[in-house]
Amino acid sequence: MSDAAVATMDRKPMPGMKVYNMKLGMWVFLLSEVMFFTSLIGSYIILRFAHPDHWTDPGIVLNVPLTALNTFFLICSSVTMVKAFAAIQQGDQKGLKNWLLATILIGAAFVGIQIIEYAALSSEGFLPMLDAYHAVGRGNPHEGPSLGGPLYGATFYAMTGFHGAHVSIGVLCLIFVYFRARSGAYTEESLAGVEVIGLYWHFVDLVWILLFTIVYLI
Amino acid sequence: MSTTTATETHTGHAEGHHDLGFIRTYIFSTDHKMIARQFLFVSLLFLLVGGILATMVRWQLGFPGQPMPLGGMLPDTMAPGGIILPEFYNSLVTMHATFMVFFALMPLQAGVFGNLLIPLQIGADDMAFPRLNMVSFWILPVAGIIMLASFFVEGGAAGAGWTSYAPLSSSGEWTGVYMGQILWLVSLTVLGFSSILGAVNYVTTVMNMRAPGMTWFRIPLATWSLFVTAWLLLLAIPILTGGLILLTFDQTLGTAFFRPEGSGEPLLWQHIFWFFGHPEVYILILPAMGFTSEVIANRSRKPIFGYHSMVIAMVAIGFLGWIVWGHHMFQSGMNPLLGMTFVVTTVVIAVPSAIKTFNWMGTLWRGNIHFDTPLLHAVAFVSLFIIGGLSGIFMASAPVDIYIHDTYFIVAHLHYVLVGGSLFGIFAGITYYYPKMFGRMMNEGLGKVHFFLSFLFYNMAFFPMHNLGVQGMMRRIYDPNQYEYLQGLQPMNTFISISVFLFAATQVIFAFNFLWSLRAGKEAGRNPWKSNTLLWATPSPPPHGNFPEMPIVYRGPYEYSHPDHDEDFWPQDDPPATSGSGGQPAASPTPELVPGD
Repeated sequence: MSDAAVATMDRKPMPGMKVYNMKLGMWVFLLSEVMFFTSLIGSYIILRFAHPDHWTDPGIVLNVPLTALNTFFLICSSVTMVKAFAAIQQGDQKGLKNWLLATILIGAAFVGIQIIEYAALSSEGFLPMLDAYHAVGRGNPHEGPSLGGPLYGATFYAMTGFHGAHVSIGVLCLIFVYFRARSGAYTEESLAGVEVIGLYWHFVDLVWILLFTIVYLI
Repeated sequence: MSTTTATETHTGHAEGHHDLGFIRTYIFSTDHKMIARQFLFVSLLFLLVGGILATMVRWQLGFPGQPMPLGGMLPDTMAPGGIILPEFYNSLVTMHATFMVFFALMPLQAGVFGNLLIPLQIGADDMAFPRLNMVSFWILPVAGIIMLASFFVEGGAAGAGWTSYAPLSSSGEWTGVYMGQILWLVSLTVLGFSSILGAVNYVTTVMNMRAPGMTWFRIPLATWSLFVTAWLLLLAIPILTGGLILLTFDQTLGTAFFRPEGSGEPLLWQHIFWFFGHPEVYILILPAMGFTSEVIANRSRKPIFGYHSMVIAMVAIGFLGWIVWGHHMFQSGMNPLLGMTFVVTTVVIAVPSAIKTFNWMGTLWRGNIHFDTPLLHAVAFVSLFIIGGLSGIFMASAPVDIYIHDTYFIVAHLHYVLVGGSLFGIFAGITYYYPKMFGRMMNEGLGKVHFFLSFLFYNMAFFPMHNLGVQGMMRRIYDPNQYEYLQGLQPMNTFISISVFLFAATQVIFAFNFLWSLRAGKEAGRNPWKSNTLLWATPSPPPHGNFPEMPIVYRGPYEYSHPDHDEDFWPQDDPPATSGSGGQPAASPTPELVPGD
């Protein structure tokens, strides 16, 4: 870390702002993430209202039970993230490492299940491309009639794909934090890295609850 | 090259400093002042690129079908024999606007002055995240190279206009541009990260790193303007990024978000683009308003008229900018009732804009005005912004817009706001802050010549465009003479083109002055303008870490000609005990009202 960075970390903020720089910066950055997902969700809303015939009833094409399980996993990973932060607040190094590892594994499992889901859906003809879209619905023979339309596939992959990318980046950052934790970089007084990655992780979790509702359940 | 950094002469900093070496000092620097200078040089280069493209556009309009001087150097796919092809003209129009908006005006304001002014004006030793700041800068040249490279791929550069309306932009078969459009999308997506990282940095720095006593209403207006701009960048850029990515999918993967042949919605692109695009308009002008406020108050030796109302007006503009985007789309098939609401919200923006304009005039009124280059540019900003703002009201009312939409009237309007407004504001900013950035003054005589010629040629170039638009000449047209009713406008087009060439040539004076003064300018000293803000309490250029010791702020930034003080300026960090004459009742680090309200 550069001298300037160290110097700025130690500064006492003006009275009124009680949040340290990294945490405030993450909050501000997450606002910009909110706007990014707003653009995707807003596009989805407009396209769906304009072309309701491109969508099917929930559960016909998309695998809702599998994704519900995945949603449960992701919520669990938020719990383990909270436990990791609580552990380091108590100075519990072992707890920090174990809970971080649990968060990483569950996060990676989420991405893995999403990849499996993508593979199954694309083999059923549920694709984002205009020319290739031919969704037959779960368990139906391939030569069946096409259900919904390409906007269904395109918005599905755009929204869940960008969320999956965010989870993947989160997992990579958590791995980084985990290795720092193993070298004893965090203490009761110095836990900014854990808290800030935790904020990001909870945000990604929250977005997923929204996306799961919009994309799969409605 | 010596490895000793030129700027490091400070003494009091706790960590001291060590020599960082050439690369860490000049190339991968984390020092906000060096990053500001890097932004300045790179974005001035992109301004040059945008300007060259503009002169080529004007050559075609002024002298249609004639071989362009030096045009023979261009490949035959662009201008065989120096004669600009229609496809290349589309690329020229598109890339001129893209470079000017995204690679020149945005980094020149938010990039250069956000980095230079924010930490120095609030009394911080650097940005909150210096390394993110470095990344934010380095994204700009990378994105710029991608954008420039698109000229040389098959099919040429993007030609769907800087707004890249779908379906023109969503499929290469309409414009003949395939790779160029994709590179355009990729470049702007990449560039968006630069803006977002910068914005996170600016917002955090302003909120968290102010010196003791620097309350919200003691922050100089330039930093206020950059703070509001940072919020707009933070919230608007991701919207564009989302849209750009979806459009990239349409281009590359074959999705149909915006392609009507697949039930996509071309109008959705317009909504996304302008939902970003209107806050973007204020991203492009708010910082210039900030420099103008600083310059006018300082050069009039008067407190800024209505400091609080200036701040509130900027915040109001920043907020209202989010609910007016539909005024770009009156002609796009929008429900007239919805159009009416956009008319109302748009006209409401005239209120905070007028507050600012009258406050600038109120500041100048009976001031002790020093007519030097920064003030001239600032006053030009105000006057041209008035013209641009008034012509904006024409477009804002839907019934009028139906007739002048996508004509040269809008070209005139946007150039009055973006060249007359932003660019003259940037010139005010560069000439005013140059001594702090480089430690030397720019030449005053050359500066005045540059200003007067620019102002003259600028108005000669852009004012007649209103007339072209009212007579029906559409924007982005390759050859208006193909319509009989536009043929009579050719003399005016030729006049405009010659004026543009003269305006462009005048900028050589600025470039010479800028470069020559780097070495030969008069030594500026700490505070050449006798200004109050903390920026001028440091040596010029400021050392690593900015302030030898933590500055303490005792008063607002515009205490010029204060009756309780001997000198006509009263720096924010001047302790009350050692300055002034007689009793000053209110000068403590505790919050107080800023005089002038």
